[in-house]
Amino acid sequence: MRRRAEVLTVLFFFVIVVSLFPLGVGPEIQTLRLIAPGVLWVAALLASMLSLDRLFSADYTDGTLEQMLLAAQPLSVLVLSKILSHWLVSGLPLVLISPVLGMQLGMDLDGIGVLVLSLALGTPVLSLIGAVGAGLTLGVRGGGVLLSLLVLPLYIPVLIFGAGAVEATVSGLGAQGHLSLLAAFLILALMLAPWGAATALKISLD
Amino acid sequence: MRLFTKAFWLQLSSPKVFYPLAGKLIPWFAAISIILTLAGLYVGFFVAPTDFQQGDSYRIIFIHVPAAWMSMFIYVLMATYAAIGLIWKTRLSSMMASALAPTGAMFTFIALWTGAFWGRPTWGAYWVWDARLTSELILLFLYFGYISLQAAIDDPQRASRASALLALVGVINVPIIYFSVKWWNTLHQGSTINLNKESSMEMTMLWAMLIMTFAFWAYAIVAALLRVRVVILERERHSDWVREMLGGAK
Repeated sequence: MRRRAEVLTVLFFFVIVVSLFPLGVGPEIQTLRLIAPGVLWVAALLASMLSLDRLFSADYTDGTLEQMLLAAQPLSVLVLSKILSHWLVSGLPLVLISPVLGMQLGMDLDGIGVLVLSLALGTPVLSLIGAVGAGLTLGVRGGGVLLSLLVLPLYIPVLIFGAGAVEATVSGLGAQGHLSLLAAFLILALMLAPWGAATALKISLD
Repeated sequence: MRLFTKAFWLQLSSPKVFYPLAGKLIPWFAAISIILTLAGLYVGFFVAPTDFQQGDSYRIIFIHVPAAWMSMFIYVLMATYAAIGLIWKTRLSSMMASALAPTGAMFTFIALWTGAFWGRPTWGAYWVWDARLTSELILLFLYFGYISLQAAIDDPQRASRASALLALVGVINVPIIYFSVKWWNTLHQGSTINLNKESSMEMTMLWAMLIMTFAFWAYAIVAALLRVRVVILERERHSDWVREMLGGAK
């Protein structure tokens, strides 16, 4: 993620995928409103997954990663900072652009608010879990597709509660429970994923 | 007694000692598996009574339920072997983990496939987005991920350690996935078909199911041992004992 274009690629991917759905499903706003939470969340999931293989690959090729392994600071802390900065350039833009896309699909204001909130809580979890997968597939042939195979099943709980939060708001049930669970996932992932990713990197660089 | 010393059990973790032992165990478990399968199928098809609601179509559960049990059990077992291999760096444990994966994936697939055949006459559809079906499908994806990661890495050491870590991440996630899917399923009112059957099952049905479970157990042991023997030969091919044995066999 050293170039501005790479940030924009992920963002454009997100926008294009969401825009494809009305073309595939049809322009009826009722249908679109119904599928909007799921569509936006699946698209965000795919977009953040696509940016994952660049999380460590540049550092891997120029040898920075080996220096990180030798550094005095624990690797998991360095990895956590890498994940956070990766989220700032790949996850946060998705969160910021999502209200526009939500409006495009006919969502109301309450729904959009919860969508932004759920994405803000959920996309860091995606980056954290994805970091373990990115560490494991580092330098492996066909790593990109393999990475998606490893990581997507693990993303399912985040998808369920992220999209579920928006749907619950739209149907008037309230999103409190969903959002609390997303926050719990975030805390759990913050605790375990940096350590898991650091272990994965050690295995890959062994 | 030699059997009760610690050294006797520890030496089993050496591939060299385990290889011939596995070879001796395979015929026994194969025989157990065949006998129990025949017995279980006989009880299931001829002794167990016809269900008053589902007719004879329910009889597929004698394959379906044991397969579903095995699919979950093997994943946990695989993760346990993987953890032991990762922590104590015992070669045989990682070999066992990789030997178990295809069998587990096969049982998951059988559970899904037979479930579809059972669902058609009972629910009127081959596939329903029920919580158990969905989690079983995700379990299949997890197996696929494990197998593909192992296949993609050339260095066997790195392959077994990387896939071991993946299995551990998976095993932490399995309960989270299961309960998420369950909650997701109850929130969406579309397919509220309740799978929870009453537990007042006919004794012979239960017996047939248990016998089939033990038959599948024995089969899984045979398949894993056969596969682990191949893995041992492949990874230890440069060691003296493998060369000696293969040279002697020729």
